Amino acid sequence: MFEAGFFYLFATLAVIGAMGVVLARHTMHSVMFLIFCFFNSAGLFFLLDAEFLGIILILIYVGAVMVLFMFVIMMLEVNKAKLREGFLQYLPMGGMIAMALLVEFIAAASSGIFHTDAIATVGHLGQEVNNTVEIGKILYTQYLLGFEIAAIILLVALVGAIVLTLRTRKDAKYQNISKQVNVRKEDRLRKVRM
Amino acid sequence: MEWTDIALTGLIWALEILAIAVPVALSVAYITYAERRVIGLIQVRKGCNRVGPFGLLQPLADGLKLFLKETIIPSQANKILFVAAPVMALVPALVAFAVVPFGETTLFGLWDTAHVMAIAHLNVGILYILAISSLAIYGVLMAGWSSNSKYALIASVRATCQMISYEISMGFALVCVLMLAGSMDLSVIVNAQTGGFWHWYIIPLFPMFLVYFISGCAETNRTPFDLVEGEAELVAGHIVEYSGMWFATFSLAEYGAMILISLLTSILFLGGWDAPIPALDFIPGTVWLLLKTSFFIFVFIWFRATFPRFRYDQMMRLGWKVFLPWTLAWIAVLGLFTYAEELNSSLTILSDMIGYYQPWRS
Repeated sequence: MFEAGFFYLFATLAVIGAMGVVLARHTMHSVMFLIFCFFNSAGLFFLLDAEFLGIILILIYVGAVMVLFMFVIMMLEVNKAKLREGFLQYLPMGGMIAMALLVEFIAAASSGIFHTDAIATVGHLGQEVNNTVEIGKILYTQYLLGFEIAAIILLVALVGAIVLTLRTRKDAKYQNISKQVNVRKEDRLRKVRM
Repeated sequence: MEWTDIALTGLIWALEILAIAVPVALSVAYITYAERRVIGLIQVRKGCNRVGPFGLLQPLADGLKLFLKETIIPSQANKILFVAAPVMALVPALVAFAVVPFGETTLFGLWDTAHVMAIAHLNVGILYILAISSLAIYGVLMAGWSSNSKYALIASVRATCQMISYEISMGFALVCVLMLAGSMDLSVIVNAQTGGFWHWYIIPLFPMFLVYFISGCAETNRTPFDLVEGEAELVAGHIVEYSGMWFATFSLAEYGAMILISLLTSILFLGGWDAPIPALDFIPGTVWLLLKTSFFIFVFIWFRATFPRFRYDQMMRLGWKVFLPWTLAWIAVLGLFTYAEELNSSLTILSDMIGYYQPWRS
């Protein structure tokens, strides 16, 4: 009963957060709503015993990705009135997509596949099962190649981003730390006979 | 479950939370006092000694003063976020304490097995703390943006760069601890270090201990990393528009984070609630943990009185060009040591050396 209660709490708040993202007038408020939505999705993960995924969701998305989002938004002057200009023009198309999704959801929900009796109730695993360990085992054995490829792609992206922004300006002074540290007394001092 | 049971569980939870939050708030008040006295000592002056005996009532007087001050909201500020920002700064600092274990107790022999003294006993404790402490950025970022002030905005951008940069080296330092303890559960990490100071992770991981503590300094925006509020250039940084209780909330968050970093450093590297030599076991473990924590809080204050502030590019250089390669190299070294015997049987001594600290291998 507790579990169902928490599920409905997190699910409702996540939906409210997601609606807030779209409906908020201010972009900064949209970002805060998105963060709120992520938190509640993490809560849903916790309810499914996937505490590793839940925490990683907060750590990566809320702790890192959203900060970058916010950085960009802080620097932008977003004109909401201009953004809403094409609202009526895109309304039919958007409405159609929304309707199609709604029909699909209703069809799927009423088809009986997702009926509570049809889904085997997932029992909670014991305290000794640690899903961090399980994910690690699978990731580093069965899916090692994919994992390594993803890592290489990320590394290339990282190096590429640094190379793109790396430029030395002629008019600015730069410190060479190792040169500074390695300097000897003889390099700087000169004995002068008076 | 009966409703009385639910009510009882709720009451116990509330008491547990209060048992952590109230001492944290009180120690924040007295750390400000200790800070003023210690810095006074270092600078050969008296520090606060007027209110009460030895100035011991000074924090209460300060609290009262801040409470009675007017909270001014700038007319051009984004009001909702301006008011929410201090709360967003404080909440992560307090919520992170939920998984910190303060010792093991049998409640004076009432329980058969020792229970861990923590509000929540998570098996991903370290990840939880990393995730929650990465949220502290939002308080600073929102404060800087919503104040609608140049100083505050620049400070919050700086703070974000600083926190993101040092979080990475902090995370890698923690990975080293995980490689030794083989668990993300904080109480398991402490138990892996039982049996005297030669079992503590500070010995095999001394560079990581330095990296972790210094990154902790940077994460909490303490001197020498307080260029976020460098008064010569940014007045007071992101808190420049705040006054009264909202200002106090920010410093509560800062000192709370400082206590948390000190606690975690003692738990991860100094054996938590273990006595340095087994002969001293008669002193309760919690006392040892708090002693170690107090020492690190003292070091924070000592840093503040001793070191000049970093320049922005120096701070970035330290995080990315010194700490990050250092931690990455240490992870590789630990990995090589751990599996050295499988490479060559003559290298068994290396894996035995590191295996002394790795209870999961035996």
